[in-house]
Amino acid sequence: MEEFAALIDALVYTRSRNEKLRLIAEYLRATPDPDRGWALAALSDGLDFPAVKSSTIRNLLKDRIDPVLWTLSRDFVGDTAETASLLWPAPEHPPSPPGVSETVELLGAMNRKSVLADLPRLLDRLDPSGRYALLKLATGGMRIGVSSRLAKTAFAQAFDVEIDDVEEYWHGLQPPFPELFAWAAHGEDPPDTENLPTFRPFMLAHPLDETVVDLADYAAEWKWDGIRVQLVRAGGGGDAQTRLYSRSGDDISATFPELLDVLPVNAVLDGELLVRGVHQGGEEGGAASFNALQQRLGRKTVSKKMLAEAPAFVRLYDVLILEGEDLRKLPWTERRARLESLIDRLPDSHFDLSKVVEARDFDHLGEIRGGSRDEAIEGLMLKRKDSPYIAGRRVGYWYKWKRDPLLVDCVLMYAQRGSGKRSSFYSDYTFGCWDGDPDQGAELLPVGKAYSGFTDEELKKLDRHVRQRTVNRFGPVRETDRSLVFEVAFDSVHESKRHKSGLAMRFPRIHRIRWDKPPHEADRIAALRALIQD
Amino acid sequence: MAAPFSWIKPDPHGIYVEPADAWVDPSKPVALALVTHGHADHARGGHGETVATPETLAIMELRYRTGAEDDAGEIPHRAIPVEYGETIRLKGGVDATYIPAGHVLGSAQILLEHAGERIICTGDYKRRADPTCPPFEVTPCDIFITEATFGLPLFTHPPIADEMAKLLDRLAAHPDRCVLVGAYALGKAQRVIAELRAAGHVAPIYLHGAMEKMCRLYEEHGVELGELRLVSDAKKDDMRGQIVISPSSALNDRWSRRLPDPITAMASGWMRVRQRARQRNVELPLVISDHADWGELTRTIQEVNAQENWITHGREDALLRWCQLHQRRARALAMVGYEDEDD
Repeated sequence: MEEFAALIDALVYTRSRNEKLRLIAEYLRATPDPDRGWALAALSDGLDFPAVKSSTIRNLLKDRIDPVLWTLSRDFVGDTAETASLLWPAPEHPPSPPGVSETVELLGAMNRKSVLADLPRLLDRLDPSGRYALLKLATGGMRIGVSSRLAKTAFAQAFDVEIDDVEEYWHGLQPPFPELFAWAAHGEDPPDTENLPTFRPFMLAHPLDETVVDLADYAAEWKWDGIRVQLVRAGGGGDAQTRLYSRSGDDISATFPELLDVLPVNAVLDGELLVRGVHQGGEEGGAASFNALQQRLGRKTVSKKMLAEAPAFVRLYDVLILEGEDLRKLPWTERRARLESLIDRLPDSHFDLSKVVEARDFDHLGEIRGGSRDEAIEGLMLKRKDSPYIAGRRVGYWYKWKRDPLLVDCVLMYAQRGSGKRSSFYSDYTFGCWDGDPDQGAELLPVGKAYSGFTDEELKKLDRHVRQRTVNRFGPVRETDRSLVFEVAFDSVHESKRHKSGLAMRFPRIHRIRWDKPPHEADRIAALRALIQD
Repeated sequence: MAAPFSWIKPDPHGIYVEPADAWVDPSKPVALALVTHGHADHARGGHGETVATPETLAIMELRYRTGAEDDAGEIPHRAIPVEYGETIRLKGGVDATYIPAGHVLGSAQILLEHAGERIICTGDYKRRADPTCPPFEVTPCDIFITEATFGLPLFTHPPIADEMAKLLDRLAAHPDRCVLVGAYALGKAQRVIAELRAAGHVAPIYLHGAMEKMCRLYEEHGVELGELRLVSDAKKDDMRGQIVISPSSALNDRWSRRLPDPITAMASGWMRVRQRARQRNVELPLVISDHADWGELTRTIQEVNAQENWITHGREDALLRWCQLHQRRARALAMVGYEDEDD
């Protein structure tokens, strides 16, 4: 357990993704089976020990130290497991610490009654770091900034195997994943996953930028503003399982349970997850804006109310595998034909098809793109008609052609330091627009915040500007003298109670820094408000 | 005859000693200040007369004369030195004795005696060994006025040798980087350097400019710190595999851009709590404090065994609760202006 605890501690204090990968990979290489398998499970999907709850830990501690002192300590630390790890009255001569496998075995054997005697015995054998790792492991949520995908990537790195293969073999295997280690670490045959609902890496698109394509070779589709998902059903008869994956390969099935029993065939489908809501205008409606979808993201459980108010559906782009047949090598036109015939077999409550956009030529397509006012549309996708479905981003096959951003001129008001390698730079900017005529005493009201869109050179200049033009400090935030204008690009603007201006931008970024422009010539709130699309 | 202890009056701005018209560690300018130690929150400038140990007076003079510290204070109008163990007679029949507190160079508890009653103001203190100052002395008294910076049972400062080993191990593992240690410029920085020397680390240690004068002052008072160099005089490559010490405010500042890929460490008692370390972007937390931890606070209250304990600043709720549980009379004083963020 000491090595695992040291790994957890090191991960807590590491912000760099590469360093996290290196730490986990090093641990996985150095640790024997099956300890490393349990550790990998804890770092990725988590382990479940129903007998150990946060309240169990709290009660054990309140039996051992004064409840008032417990509560004061817990409030200060802000985390039950950590507080308990620090406050546990350790015996003077602790027995030898358990290994990871022994710990998992003991935790797994506990029930709601025996936990009250068995968990203390385990805690007695560990130091504070070990107790922290144990309690985090036992209650499921590590919360140390390691996603499931990151843990799998570290596994691939540790044994020099392909992450796509790891993803493909992962699901359906049970911790401590002996088959996975046998394959990756010991060179044995890969696990058999044909009948398992595993994730297949997405095909991605390049930005179109200045490229012009011939519509004889490319088909156009709307690019919808939801989240890209893969819906997978696999397995025979009554054992069929359906899973929903995000673009990063994380399993988000639990967040959208309404999609788990509506797919009647075994298939791997690529599409955009949207929620139904108020029609936002345009011909292709039926989906609410991204704002509505955001309410449902990141939840582990979903209330009935939420399911009723914002039901999810998938707008299909592509089919990768259908009833056991791998279609990924076929040209897009053929996969599209299979998808169009498949859609008739799917319930329209949960599925529809992302329509192909017809245009006479490229210029005409540009006009259609310019005229799209549906809020659920982010732009266009251009797909070469003969393109196979290939993991990752390949030049020449797929392009994304986003709607032109909206632009306003705003004035820099506040700046905050960034994190990671930007931690010494003022790189997060809050900017505002005038609430009337600036020459008649109008004020600036904040309308958004951005931390991208500039080069490293520009960042240095901006950092200098902030330091020289500071008029006030509030902790990590500096208020500037409001002398610099940003041309801010954003995808859309909405009503919002978060800002005093009553407006919030989506995807704001610095488009140009207008060192030349006097601040009183920046835009007014009214101009920004006029850009709201309803 | 006056009521017991009516001659001492806790005030939000300090402890007022009425018959002597004197204040202990006042946070506003007064005619006569009794100062426990040189940290800016206890030793403010602008007083008419300041009574303190010679070391504390030297620290105050350095800070306020050189302008090295960002403080509004001035040089004391009249400085009155008192050695450890020495008693000074104030007006109104009050005797003040300065006793080692073990916090930083020159730090003292102040024992006040009047009409047969004894009151101790600890200022800040710790019970662990510190090569830069003499240890805390347990002294009997009627009222014990204690700090409570780390007054929660979760605070146990580990042996400093363990923290030094952590630091030196990390340094050895990354010969092409440096370890940047954030430490309070008065006390913590010099203690860390002295402990590194005690652990056998003889290489030059690089300093942020704000540390230099205080380190020299410590050396003048007999604390050996070995070879110290200024970051501003060094080339980036010279500092690879070396230790750099700066105030914690400079850890994530642009100042640190001149260092070779620094591993950010911080020496503070708060580093015991993971989230505190993460908030400061610290990669290597070193749990090192110049304040008493929970065990030291409660042990000291037991050993001093005063009739009454007054708690000046920190997490007084928990210490008050402990006193209640152990049938010891205690009260919390609402004091203003004592900062402890970087300790």
